[in-house]
Amino acid sequence: MKAIVLVRPKAGILDPQGQAVESSLRHLGFAVADTRVGRLVELEVEADDAREAHAQVERMCEQLLANPLIESYEIELQASS
Amino acid sequence: MSGTADAPRPQVAVVVFPGSNDDRDAQLALTRLGADASRLWHTEPDLPAGTAAVVLPGGFSYGDYLRCGAIARFSPIMAAVTGFAADGGLVLGICNGFQILTEAQLLPGTLRPNESLSFVCRDVPLRVEHTTGPFTAHCEPGQRLTIPVKHGDGCWFAEAETVDELDAQGQILLRYAPGENPNGAVADVAGVCNGPGNVFGLMPHPEHAVDPLLGSTDGALILGSLVDAARLSSAALV
Repeated sequence: MKAIVLVRPKAGILDPQGQAVESSLRHLGFAVADTRVGRLVELEVEADDAREAHAQVERMCEQLLANPLIESYEIELQASS
Repeated sequence: MSGTADAPRPQVAVVVFPGSNDDRDAQLALTRLGADASRLWHTEPDLPAGTAAVVLPGGFSYGDYLRCGAIARFSPIMAAVTGFAADGGLVLGICNGFQILTEAQLLPGTLRPNESLSFVCRDVPLRVEHTTGPFTAHCEPGQRLTIPVKHGDGCWFAEAETVDELDAQGQILLRYAPGENPNGAVADVAGVCNGPGNVFGLMPHPEHAVDPLLGSTDGALILGSLVDAARLSSAALV
């Protein structure tokens, strides 16, 4: 099963990378605000069903993929093609 | 310089991760300050018998992939380092070593990309906040030290309540001098220890400031404190 993990800076956490990207976008003429830069992790997980896959990926997030002090995460599961 | 020529040399293990690059400087500095310092590859399951202190050196372990220190914290040696710390063993993390210790949750807070997003590499004035523990015993309270930093991810962060708690408990041992914060660290934190005080991490590099030729010898105050404390703890082991 394919999992997509979105890791983003927690709300309220200063995101200098997002600010730099936003400033560049403005230079390009785009009217943008609240730009945040996160990270996307795609992986194939071996699991019998979506529930087990989700539980596994959640453990991955807690142990490694995200730092709970500063990052939040979302998990999306897709049937493998 | 700490100790005398004939003082026993405490064993200090400098852990080498793939991508560490300050391990030799740390080994040399510790040796000059009276330690029997050896480098230890990260896949070792155990610390050498008789280890009195562990140093996690600076560098870019695992290419700083994912987050600085996030992958190195799962190196085989880290289980032994965690056990050693839990038993009261002295553990010092410098720069990337500090990042590894926060990822391993042996130290509070986390290190984020510098607020400027630029790599900073320069001498930074610091203020010593507390001198009662094993890492700053050779310093005076309030003493100003000049020690270089060189990092892209040195912006220490913790929630405000955590910072207040750490401050109240005297765990913030080193701060950047007022107006000299090079990375945006919360509360100007340059170095912080754990509750019991036997684990310490800092972004500045004391191992690069132990010889007048390098512009400052202030780093010797920190590493010399550690070597002396390690000597005492290894004497207690015998």
